[in-house]
Amino acid sequence: MRTNQAPLLEVKNLRVEFPTRRGTLVAVDDVSFSIAPGEVLGVVGESGAGKSLTGAAIIGLLEPPGRVAGGEIRLEGERIDRLPYEQMRRVRGKKIGAIFQDPLTSLNPLFTIGRQLTETILTHIDLSQTQARDRAIELLMEVGIPAADKRIDHYPHQFSGGMRQRVVIALALAANPKLIVADEPTTALDVSIQAQIIALLKKLCRDHGTAVMLVTHDMGVIAETADRVAVMYAGRIAEIGPVREVVKNPRHPYTVGLMGSIPTIGHDAERLTQIDGSMPRLTAIPRGCAFNPRCPHVAERCRTERPDLIDTGATEAACWRHADIRAAAAAE
Amino acid sequence: MTSQTAAPAGPTALQRFFDSDIWWSFRRNPVAIGAAVVTLLTFLGAGFAPWIAPHNPYDLASLNLMDAGRAPYWLDETWQPGDPRFWLGTDDQGRDILSTILYGARVSLLVGFLAVVFAMSLGILLGLAAGFFGGKVDAFIMRIADVMLSFPAILVALLIDGVFRVSLPSDMHQEIAVYVLVLAIGFSSWVNYGRTVRGSTLVEKSKEYVQAARVIGIHPAKIMLRHILPNVMGPVLVIATINLATAILTEATLSFLGVGVPPTQPSLGTLIRVGNDFLFSGEWWMTLFPGAALVIMVLAVNLLGDWLRDALNPKLR
Amino acid sequence: MLAFILRRLAQSLIVMLVVAFIAFALFTFVGDPLAAMLGQDTTPEERERLRSALGLDRNFLAQFWIFLSNAVQGDFGISYRLVRPVDELILERLPATLELSMTAGLLALLIGIPLGVYTGLNRDSWLSRVFLTVSLIGVSLPTFLIGILLILVFSVWLSWLPSFGRGDVVAFGWWTTGFLTPSGLKALILPSITLCLFQLTLIMRLVRAEMLEVLRTDYIKFARARGLKNRSINFAHALKNTLVPVITITGLQLGSIIAFAIITETVFQWPGMGLLFIQAVGFADIPVMAAYLCLVAFVFVTINLIVDLLYYFVDPRLRADKGTAGGH
Repeated sequence: MRTNQAPLLEVKNLRVEFPTRRGTLVAVDDVSFSIAPGEVLGVVGESGAGKSLTGAAIIGLLEPPGRVAGGEIRLEGERIDRLPYEQMRRVRGKKIGAIFQDPLTSLNPLFTIGRQLTETILTHIDLSQTQARDRAIELLMEVGIPAADKRIDHYPHQFSGGMRQRVVIALALAANPKLIVADEPTTALDVSIQAQIIALLKKLCRDHGTAVMLVTHDMGVIAETADRVAVMYAGRIAEIGPVREVVKNPRHPYTVGLMGSIPTIGHDAERLTQIDGSMPRLTAIPRGCAFNPRCPHVAERCRTERPDLIDTGATEAACWRHADIRAAAAAE
Repeated sequence: MTSQTAAPAGPTALQRFFDSDIWWSFRRNPVAIGAAVVTLLTFLGAGFAPWIAPHNPYDLASLNLMDAGRAPYWLDETWQPGDPRFWLGTDDQGRDILSTILYGARVSLLVGFLAVVFAMSLGILLGLAAGFFGGKVDAFIMRIADVMLSFPAILVALLIDGVFRVSLPSDMHQEIAVYVLVLAIGFSSWVNYGRTVRGSTLVEKSKEYVQAARVIGIHPAKIMLRHILPNVMGPVLVIATINLATAILTEATLSFLGVGVPPTQPSLGTLIRVGNDFLFSGEWWMTLFPGAALVIMVLAVNLLGDWLRDALNPKLR
Repeated sequence: MLAFILRRLAQSLIVMLVVAFIAFALFTFVGDPLAAMLGQDTTPEERERLRSALGLDRNFLAQFWIFLSNAVQGDFGISYRLVRPVDELILERLPATLELSMTAGLLALLIGIPLGVYTGLNRDSWLSRVFLTVSLIGVSLPTFLIGILLILVFSVWLSWLPSFGRGDVVAFGWWTTGFLTPSGLKALILPSITLCLFQLTLIMRLVRAEMLEVLRTDYIKFARARGLKNRSINFAHALKNTLVPVITITGLQLGSIIAFAIITETVFQWPGMGLLFIQAVGFADIPVMAAYLCLVAFVFVTINLIVDLLYYFVDPRLRADKGTAGGH
């Protein structure tokens, strides 16, 4: 699904570091990808793989002492990773919206949701107070809040978790951004509500032509929502490609393991596979390919040389042995 | 230092301490080191007062009224010439100020320490009881805590001290004044410990292992204690350090008000109170030096407590 | 709302009862009121008459009831030391203490809160570090020592300001004020600085800590992600959330100013209730102690009530009795 359009967001060789007492941790290492206008890119990985930090780096809200130590981030061709605070502030909300994990804590408890919506709208769009309020009500209706004209004057604690996440989505969309970075938007919600929120997010972004960077550890959500997917492991991208390819024909052994761990209805005979071991801590990333201690296909080269993303045809995978793995899978 | 080799079998407690974040944060914090050194020096100076003080200010035989009110030795004061024997001058009875400070700090620290130990024991006990039994016991203890918290410690201490003063014959009161003071100050400051321990107890109580212990027939209290006490060690240590500073201040204040330790056993607060009467006649050293000693001691302990709180709670940085 | 206030009022009443009981217990169990009021050469008949006149021959609860009903009317008996009605003594000294405490409290709030906000927002600036260091010294300086130092510098060495008393006062009915005369204002300067300094540092440190706490929350992060202006994030979102805990502790601090006034009044011989109380403690003058105790408790309870009401207006979560949490 490679589009020929100029990419909306381009991340090149991004590197995020955390200085600590035991030396500098490289939490995101040489990560490159791009998102086309209107495209949904899923980013998956275990916690600590660097996916949330990548999102935070894009919206310019890495928490100190974390910092972007290398690479560049471009939005519509312009670098945004070095912008002074005030200029970056104008980008946030206006061009890049954000949705955080926990809707219960994302809203200021002491202000009505109407106040939080209108202040966001007025910050970025030149409207009168009443126009902003009208737009706020429209947004609330759009995200499916019943009786929006009344609910607008309610406080966050008067909404349920699912409703609050809808409000958060409305806030992220308030100024019609080109891109939304959604960091685990459903993790904190009840399972029954997760699907609704994902469907809503997908629909709204299609309607508005908004691109989404969807960070999650839930492969199921990605399979349902994303156009392309990037799999992260220990601060690097292990594999990136169209979602169907990555799910159906994964090239990287880590992705293979990840897909094997999703229960699929209809494949009752197949047992769920599991990857042995756990992701290395950032203090102890092994030499060569970071996945080599857990990899069933490990070869000598994997232990000494770190693979970059290699074009495998349908996807790009950071694996020396992707061709052999393909062949083995085909032979099965 | 990313190359962490496999840990050698069983590092000793001492090794673990020197490898810990606390020690690391201590070593690179000059304020903490300074505070620790000053605290240690004042503790040693106070503890060994009888051996290191140049004079024994309470040995009447060695006092000479001719020495009364001398200015500090290094001060160029012609009308009250200093004497090389008395670095910081003398008080109205001819006692060496430096020696009275060392002896006074001893009393201040003694009261402070005992009050902290008392408050800590009471607070841990009541906090455990409140958290463990819950229900009415909890409600009762916490109501008392709320009421006490809304009254300033100094007032509670004044009241308790006042009651003892009125109900005991005065000669007996003199004798046990220090312990009454410890009781009064300690009782006025147990609430912080109580709340912390109660919170931690409640958290532990809801954990599965407590239920499990119940199932296999071990008394939950026994197993909980082993888990709770290590958990609250950090916060309790922080509270205790800051509590020591406030206890010393409270003692000094009560003694300054004339309701603290008896004049026969003067603490720093008593010295300041006595010296205060000579402020207007220009003999400022009788007040200022004990005051400075008090502030240095309390400031050092406070700085130490401040650092400890930050070090044990890295989130706050 | 009404239920909330009523519940709070009931709780306050219980606290007042407990304090009154302690005060009463002082009367009954500590010392012998008759011995304190009568001379050596009174006859047994006279003693008995006074006993029954004071209600001391009744049972414990009845005595407590008498004490309560008298106390509610402001009658706490007669001071052993000054042999005058306690309510008169207190009323005479109340204006001095209130004027001093209010001046100090206002100073502490007006300086402490802005400093706390500043140091919370600019926590790495050198000015913040200076403020913090100075504040730690402030916490370590006992109130009485601050007073002594101020007297030493401004009264003894420089002779600029008076070191004791209230100066000239103007009377309005039973209220006397020092605000209206130059000497009254001059006399107020050192005591009010002494009294406010400790509270000021506490308030500053508290506001700073709360500010830092709030600035770490998700909703502040989300507000930044929405591109809101810093001014709006800091002064609307963060400051309002900081207010809730700050109001509580500030309320308690202001209450404790009354208690710390005891020390300041002693140092400056300020003719207020605190000085009266400390003299009463030294003399075992129980009626004065009891009256002071009840009065201070009353002030505390009132402040706590006001704090609760303020809470109610700042935090909408407390107002949400109607339970409008909608379904999914």
